[in-house]
Amino acid sequence: MTDTALTTQTPRFGGLFTTSALQKAMAFAVLILLLLFFSIFAPNFAAWNNMVNIMQATAVNGVLGVAVTFVIISAGIDLSVGTLMTFTAVMAGLICTNMGMPMGLGIIGAMISGAILGGVSGTVIAKMKIPPFIATLGMMQVSRGLALVLSDTHPIYFNDTPNYGLISSESSISLLIPGLEIPNGVFVMFGVAIIGAIILNRTIMGRYIFALGSNEEAARLSGMNVDRWKIATYALSGLICGVAGLIISSRLNSAQPALGMGYELDAIAATVIGGTSLSGGRGTMMGTIIGAFIMSTLINGLRVMGVHEEWQIVVTGVIIVAAVYVDIVLRKKT
Amino acid sequence: MAKASKKTAPSKKAAASKKPAPVKTVAAKPAAPAVAAKPAPVAAMKPGSVAPAAAPMIQMNGIEKTFPGVHALRNASFDLRAGEVHALMGENGAGKSTLMRILTGVMEPNAGEIRFEGQPITLSGPRAAQDLGISIIHQELNLMNHLTTAQNIFIGREPRKGFGVFVDEAKLNADAAALFKHMKIDVDPKQEVGGMTVARQQLVEIAKAISFKSKVLVMDEPTSALNDKEVAHLFDIIAELKAQGVGIVYITHKMDEVKKIADRVTVMRDGQTIDTLPAEGTSMAKIISLMVGRELADVPQITGNGGKEEVLRVEGLNLGKQVRDVSFAVKKGEILGFAGLMGAGRTEVARAIFGADKPESGTIYIHGKEVKIVTPADAVRHGLAYLSEDRKRFGLVTTMSVRDNITISSWQRYTGWNFWMKDGGLNTDARKYVDLLKVKTPSVHQQTRLLSGGNQQKIVIAKWLLRDCDILIFDEPTRGIDVGAKAEIYKLLQGLAEQGKAIIVISSELPEVLRLSHRILVMSEGRITGELDGKTATQESIMTLATQRQGKAA
Repeated sequence: MTDTALTTQTPRFGGLFTTSALQKAMAFAVLILLLLFFSIFAPNFAAWNNMVNIMQATAVNGVLGVAVTFVIISAGIDLSVGTLMTFTAVMAGLICTNMGMPMGLGIIGAMISGAILGGVSGTVIAKMKIPPFIATLGMMQVSRGLALVLSDTHPIYFNDTPNYGLISSESSISLLIPGLEIPNGVFVMFGVAIIGAIILNRTIMGRYIFALGSNEEAARLSGMNVDRWKIATYALSGLICGVAGLIISSRLNSAQPALGMGYELDAIAATVIGGTSLSGGRGTMMGTIIGAFIMSTLINGLRVMGVHEEWQIVVTGVIIVAAVYVDIVLRKKT
Repeated sequence: MAKASKKTAPSKKAAASKKPAPVKTVAAKPAAPAVAAKPAPVAAMKPGSVAPAAAPMIQMNGIEKTFPGVHALRNASFDLRAGEVHALMGENGAGKSTLMRILTGVMEPNAGEIRFEGQPITLSGPRAAQDLGISIIHQELNLMNHLTTAQNIFIGREPRKGFGVFVDEAKLNADAAALFKHMKIDVDPKQEVGGMTVARQQLVEIAKAISFKSKVLVMDEPTSALNDKEVAHLFDIIAELKAQGVGIVYITHKMDEVKKIADRVTVMRDGQTIDTLPAEGTSMAKIISLMVGRELADVPQITGNGGKEEVLRVEGLNLGKQVRDVSFAVKKGEILGFAGLMGAGRTEVARAIFGADKPESGTIYIHGKEVKIVTPADAVRHGLAYLSEDRKRFGLVTTMSVRDNITISSWQRYTGWNFWMKDGGLNTDARKYVDLLKVKTPSVHQQTRLLSGGNQQKIVIAKWLLRDCDILIFDEPTRGIDVGAKAEIYKLLQGLAEQGKAIIVISSELPEVLRLSHRILVMSEGRITGELDGKTATQESIMTLATQRQGKAA
């Protein structure tokens, strides 16, 4: 009897998507409503150029959101993503400009250096039992300081690496389809999100991240090497920060060592708006990307409407709290 | 007022949602008979009121409490007179704590009546009980470590000054000092609770209860962490309270304490009140015989001697006060029972062997070879499995699917390049074990939290079978599982032993240990106090070893 019940099931994504499907749909609906609202009330909002602006503005936050989503699903937190991004950008600058190495090495160097510092955070958390909040707060300062030290506090320009703009600011697709000026950074973000979703849902690492976030003690008593996977999670987060570092430095054509503070909170906000639970065990990459889009759409729309920047900040604050409240209400019902 | 709001609340909810969850209607139903039943017990009370001198202060009648899958209290009753110490005894899970949680407003009964000084009462929460003068001192103390003793005692009702803005610390400390003086104990009101010994923290809890002008004081195993001198002091305080007319419910496992301070003893078993006896003139043997004799699911007594080949040997295991010099061995195909009272150290032994906690000393041999187990991952690699008594916290990732929980320990096996998950293989094997153990679930993708206790336990068992563990440690394998499912779990364990697994069963249910085990080790206060043959052991012989105390004071 149970057998027939089982075979009728389509087990493609397991139970992972079903629980958060509602939240994702909600977030998506909110994004559509925002787009409609601003299209009606803000002149020129719907212009293609402005849409490109929004996408461009989402790219960095979206990628950092993916990084932090892994960590948050594992029931941790990563406050160092913003400054790790800056640190990796400086590393890319050092490799490409100061050392004159090819761009490929700069890309790899940025990602690996991010993974190493992330791994350090993970090791501190797993082995020294320092709470993730404190460990990554420390890493935030360490990576910020290192970025300043290594760059001697000056921006590093990528003038000798002409192709560096290809990472983010240029639009390769417009060569194929003239007029479709979507910058490459947006595609990089979607690529990172898709790879992130695959890792989360299709690999053993993703499975362990969910188990860690849902019940770490049960996972440990099931024979899981909790420490190793925690370190791996933070290292992965750092590696993705490396991608964000490449996007932002490509867009600015320079590694700006003073940048980076505050990005981590935007990334966490995007993750939370996208339905990922801060207590761990639940979340999706798609939700995070939608969350990042909601934030940049909101800020852009308010700006186009002529709302003062100060008020934009206030509104985003309210939105974050409202999103979490909706999440709590929805969760009680299920 | 509290009563009125309670009655209306469920009906409002039912009216608001057209299709109330079935659980809600079930919960609403027992409420009605409980209200309707009220006039009847009044009549029943009359014979009692003929002799008003002996009229009890607390009277609980027909108390029913069910949890999902468990009937915790069945028509339980209890009464308490002013100025008496009434010992409440019974095996673990007999329902003592549940009954007392109902008396102190922590839980609501499904049905039944509580009378306080003759008046029927409904308790909306612990605070309501406290306001009536009913307090409880839990086994785990509920104090805030970083506050002082005085702050702890008057938390939430601090004396104020300056138009109620500031806490009047001086009065707070003076009140606490007066209270301590009244109790004839020497405690500094300004000392932080965290730095005090457990015994002194307990005194603070008692002082707090007294400060509420408690007429009824429930003490749940108050001496479990005290040494002999501290116990004597506690008994002095109890005698003093008794003289002041406070009624004391004393939950304990220790026979000698009952002899010393109790006036009456009530024994519970299987959620029912078995008997209430005067403490004087009642023998320990009589009390033990009332406590034991629980009904058991219909499972045959285990036969044979188990195997010969030694699979696991533990030597000289030590961990604090809870595990002291524990040595034993298990053979292939054998079920070794671990009996003892709560807190005897059985779970701690299991956790130490499994690498969940770090023992201070001890050697573990598996298949004759010394092994080093530092983490649970090491233990699993050596074929050890531990099935915790608290499945939801330690056994299952309840928000994940049945499939993921069955396969979690074996995930590495289902990967390509140690990276990709092969979900097809996971599904097939999870289904295989769902069928094999007859887990009732609509699909392997069901979230584990939605299954019943028995089915959850089967999933934990499936997890370790899939991982090919040959030494299985079951900690309270049938806790929170109803009788029918228990029988299935027993058969499963016996079947596993026949297949050649070495099995350790930790259980507080004596008939369970007796039916299942080839051999029984009894623990008390961290030590193994005896070994019994499963075929000849009796509940009495186990209880005698389980209540055996070490001669020396800590």
